[in-house]
Amino acid sequence: MTMPLNQTLLARTSAKLGPRLSIAVGAVVLALLIALPLLHLTPADSAFHVNAYTLTLVGKILCYAIVALALDLVWGYAGLLSLGHGLFFALGGYAMGMYLMRQSAGDGLPAFMSFLAWKELPWYWVGTDHFIWALCLVVLAPGLLALVFGFFAFRSRIKGVYFSIMTQALTFAGMLLFFRNETGFGGNNGFTDFKRILGFDITAPATRAALFLATVILLVASLLLGWKLARSKFGRVLTALRDAENRLMFCGYDPRGYKLFIWVLSAVLCGLAGALYVPQVGIINPSEMSPTNSIEAAVWVALGGRGTLIGPLLGAGVVNGMKSWFTVAFPEYWLFALGALFILITLYLPHGIIGLLKRGEKQ
Amino acid sequence: MTTALYRLLFALLLCFQWSSSYAGDAADFSAANSSKQAKLLQAWAAAPDAARLPLLESLQNGRVEADSNKTPFYKTDTGYQAAEGGDLEPVGKLRKLRLNNRLRGLIAITMASHQLFSTDPAVRLLAAQELQKSAKPAQLQLLNERLAQEDDADVSEALSLALASLQLIDSDPQVRLAAVRLLGETGQPLARVRLERLLADSNETDAAVRTAAETSLAQVKRRLMIGELLGQAFSGMSLGSILLLAALGLAITFGLLGVINMAHGEMLMLGAYSTYMVQVMFQRFAPEAIALYPLVALPVAFFVTAAIGMALERTVIRHLYGRPLETLLATWGISLILIQLVRVLFGAQNVEVANPYWLSGGIQVLPNLVLPYNRIVIIAFALFVVVLTWLLLNKTRLGLNVRAVTQNRNMAACCGVPTGRVDMLAFGLGSGIAGLGGVALSQIGNVGPDLGQSYIIDSFLVVVLGGVGQLAGSVTAAFGLGIANKILEPQIGAVLGKILILALIILFIQKRPQGLFALKGRVID
Repeated sequence: MTMPLNQTLLARTSAKLGPRLSIAVGAVVLALLIALPLLHLTPADSAFHVNAYTLTLVGKILCYAIVALALDLVWGYAGLLSLGHGLFFALGGYAMGMYLMRQSAGDGLPAFMSFLAWKELPWYWVGTDHFIWALCLVVLAPGLLALVFGFFAFRSRIKGVYFSIMTQALTFAGMLLFFRNETGFGGNNGFTDFKRILGFDITAPATRAALFLATVILLVASLLLGWKLARSKFGRVLTALRDAENRLMFCGYDPRGYKLFIWVLSAVLCGLAGALYVPQVGIINPSEMSPTNSIEAAVWVALGGRGTLIGPLLGAGVVNGMKSWFTVAFPEYWLFALGALFILITLYLPHGIIGLLKRGEKQ
Repeated sequence: MTTALYRLLFALLLCFQWSSSYAGDAADFSAANSSKQAKLLQAWAAAPDAARLPLLESLQNGRVEADSNKTPFYKTDTGYQAAEGGDLEPVGKLRKLRLNNRLRGLIAITMASHQLFSTDPAVRLLAAQELQKSAKPAQLQLLNERLAQEDDADVSEALSLALASLQLIDSDPQVRLAAVRLLGETGQPLARVRLERLLADSNETDAAVRTAAETSLAQVKRRLMIGELLGQAFSGMSLGSILLLAALGLAITFGLLGVINMAHGEMLMLGAYSTYMVQVMFQRFAPEAIALYPLVALPVAFFVTAAIGMALERTVIRHLYGRPLETLLATWGISLILIQLVRVLFGAQNVEVANPYWLSGGIQVLPNLVLPYNRIVIIAFALFVVVLTWLLLNKTRLGLNVRAVTQNRNMAACCGVPTGRVDMLAFGLGSGIAGLGGVALSQIGNVGPDLGQSYIIDSFLVVVLGGVGQLAGSVTAAFGLGIANKILEPQIGAVLGKILILALIILFIQKRPQGLFALKGRVID
């Protein structure tokens, strides 16, 4: 199996489409995404009004798109298929959720703790009433976990299917841990019923719009970062590592550092996405860590096209759009559709939608 | 010989006694009020009389009724029979004797002390065990007598325990001391309760007895702990044998194709549903032979899952060789479809798969350790499957081919091994073994569409830990993981246990990245 180097793929795609066309399409999409929250601020009876449901749905999909991008960095470039990215996403979400719970609880304990008759906050809740510390946690919790796991995994050169399974087991273990009431994160109900963020009402249109804009900014920033990385020497080493790790080692490179860096970066991006997801959707619970969710993220990336950065964003949008439509229209058949999607993409669309577009360009 | 003679004599003696005291027990009982009835029962419990057995049995079954003269009658299947014998006809309306809970308890005790005279040692044993829990001080004399007469070792032990429980409140410290020592000799959970109560109440004033009780308690606790540990090890073996059945096929296909089949758990599920289908067929067409259905389910499940596995290999997985990560995703898609299909066909609820009679029940090994038959059979079955697989892989042409392709696919193909066919057959074999695992699972757990999901991650870990290409690795890893899981579970909880095991596996792979038993090869990409 030979896969064209992604840098050249990207370069060629933009060369064929013409830089002007792709920039134009990108600009239109970006303008739409910025316009959406502004339209939400218009009066409810206005013809251009975007309701809260749509805004939340698109915001949620954008968060997923960031996860897809993060997964693409490790899978598409470094060849490490993680089936546990949902864990990092949820950890970021829980870190933000802790802050939100403290905000709604005021000086008292969060509601679920009073329900368990706990007298004081567990030690890891210390400082979570400060937004800055919560932000630090959003980065630190997934980042440190990824660092420790990655350090051991890459040191013993776990890769391929082994790596995928270990990450899956990791997120499964995390899910079991967070399901317990004793863990101190609300058991299987998780966190919900948030009221305020930074003193603003969390359901107010202006807050929603601001959160949405923050998501857009994070998405664009991570896309630019991904591009920068992919075009740098670092990105080329990563690709080489994916295609022939042993040869790279014979050339004198130590792959561990490269892998570890991209792995931790990817986990932190997921954490940030989770932190933006929670205030918009209004709930976080352990089912976000279920292996099913993480493996679904892999299909977003596969559908869009691995190693293309833009592709996974498309994939996340298409799959989640389909999911929202299916679960309303034919709830029985969504799993059939998703399963078929997994099989068809791997069999017939190895390069995803972007690969399809590129092929169309060639002819 | 002499004891038998004595017993005969004793029985004869009792016979005379019975005939003299024959009249009136049932009548007394039905005429008395409840506090008097309790006194009667207590008296009878201390001085058993075989003639009362029908009365007690009928009382226990709620078949004693009294007419308006308070004359007791036994309700039989055909009509009524006067409890005192004779051809009395009930006068007026018959009313069932009302019994409160205290009376019911007393009846059970009285019944037990009567059953101590039974000729069947099994009945005597049950009676003695009942008395261990509930004997009253008034029965002390009786128990002493029976113990002197008893010739069956088990019953004798049970009786002496019952006696010891009573003697704990004896006024003589020497007797108490002996009783405490005796209780220490047993591994009964009950002895622990008794001793703890003796110590806790601080009504035991004699220092020597207290010390002895403390030693005995420690002794009992140690014995109980041994039983508990053995029980945990056994349930670990049981979990391990399930994991083994689940992971064996996974290890074969992984070794051969380098592919992790995420739909493997669903093969377990399909095997369990095949068992369910076979059971339904038996219920409908051959209800008299229903006990045999698990035996029939084995080949059915094997062929159903093997056929599905081979079909999947031919239609999907074959096209993805050399792309293991994509295969992972494709097989996950297959598993989603299979789960949803079963949900649509059979409903999302669990279906009921019942144990046949020869798989229910268990062996009592220690007072607090019962080994259920179904789990014993499953452990034996798993080992049987391992032996079969070993023979298949090492003694047949197919096995030779599978091993050749596992070691070097290109070289095997050059030597004329039909690799495509080998892949298909091996995939079928792996899926079939999982199907057999499904039959086993259906006998010990719930059968539902999500059945496979709960075992799949653990069986992946078995493959990761055990390495591929060697059966020994899978066997060791499966039993090791199973036992570790079950031993850790009560100490630190199921969840933390799982997390700890995961961490240990990650650390273990640091030392041996290829698993416990790796094939040595010199191939590098």
